[in-house]
Amino acid sequence: MNITKYAAPVVFYPLAGKLIPWFAWATGITLTIGLIMGLFIAPTDYQQGESYRIMFIHVPSAWMSMLVYVVMATAGAVALAWKTRLSEMLATACAPIGASFTLIALITGAIWGKPMWGAYWVWDARLTSELVLLFLYLGFMALQASIDDPRRAARAAAILALVGVINIPIIHFSVEWWNTLHQPASVSKISAPSIHPSMLWPLLINAVGFHLFFATTVLMRMRTEVLIRERHKSWIADIVGVKP
Amino acid sequence: MNWAEFFTMGGYGKFIWSAYGAAAFIIILNVVLPMRRHKKVLHMLRELLKMKERE
Repeated sequence: MNITKYAAPVVFYPLAGKLIPWFAWATGITLTIGLIMGLFIAPTDYQQGESYRIMFIHVPSAWMSMLVYVVMATAGAVALAWKTRLSEMLATACAPIGASFTLIALITGAIWGKPMWGAYWVWDARLTSELVLLFLYLGFMALQASIDDPRRAARAAAILALVGVINIPIIHFSVEWWNTLHQPASVSKISAPSIHPSMLWPLLINAVGFHLFFATTVLMRMRTEVLIRERHKSWIADIVGVKP
Repeated sequence: MNWAEFFTMGGYGKFIWSAYGAAAFIIILNVVLPMRRHKKVLHMLRELLKMKERE
């Protein structure tokens, strides 16, 4: 089986159309279970009381904000190296989703910070590097929008994304490299996670749900990109004409 | 646990619900906006094709 076959927009478009409903349902079910477990079943935290429940959306969205960036930069690198159209479209589709996850992480973090730290915002290493990530996403989108030729726009944006990759380890290790107000990692430690299973499960289930959500929306956005970028191809006429 | 207690969240209700609300809003926006854009692009392409056929 040749996997590159699926990278052809003509094959990808209908395939993604079939996959999207499945991913959407899986997202809905997973996030419903995660929310019920996080809001109803998980016990109260002995230090932070109920406020810690913000973690169940804050941490997965923060993870996703970094993962989506890596996907975007990798897709950009592949597009630069092999000039593959679908990976250009993948990078383009990633940017607004990654920016959204970053925004969720920043907003929920700020709201959580108020009762726990006494401030919505502090200029510490973790928060600042996450804010830089938001600007990288926005810069990627602005750069791409500012260049008319889609191939040149994709190349320029991919280079920006690749340069910005340096920020990802900075975000991850910021809580170790600098003295920050932000708490260190509890889940991704090399040793066993320092979080009780009753709190870990809703966190991981929501994380799975966010991954599925990303898959759903990235496919949706990529299909739109395919339509725009391939509009002069004859098969697009078939799709537009036959199926509304 | 009753519902009033649930919504109060031990005094952290306004923080928790505003955080969850903001996240839900952004997530829903990420479904609605791409769907709308896809429909709009399909519509535009259809118009474009009609124009080409007339030529």
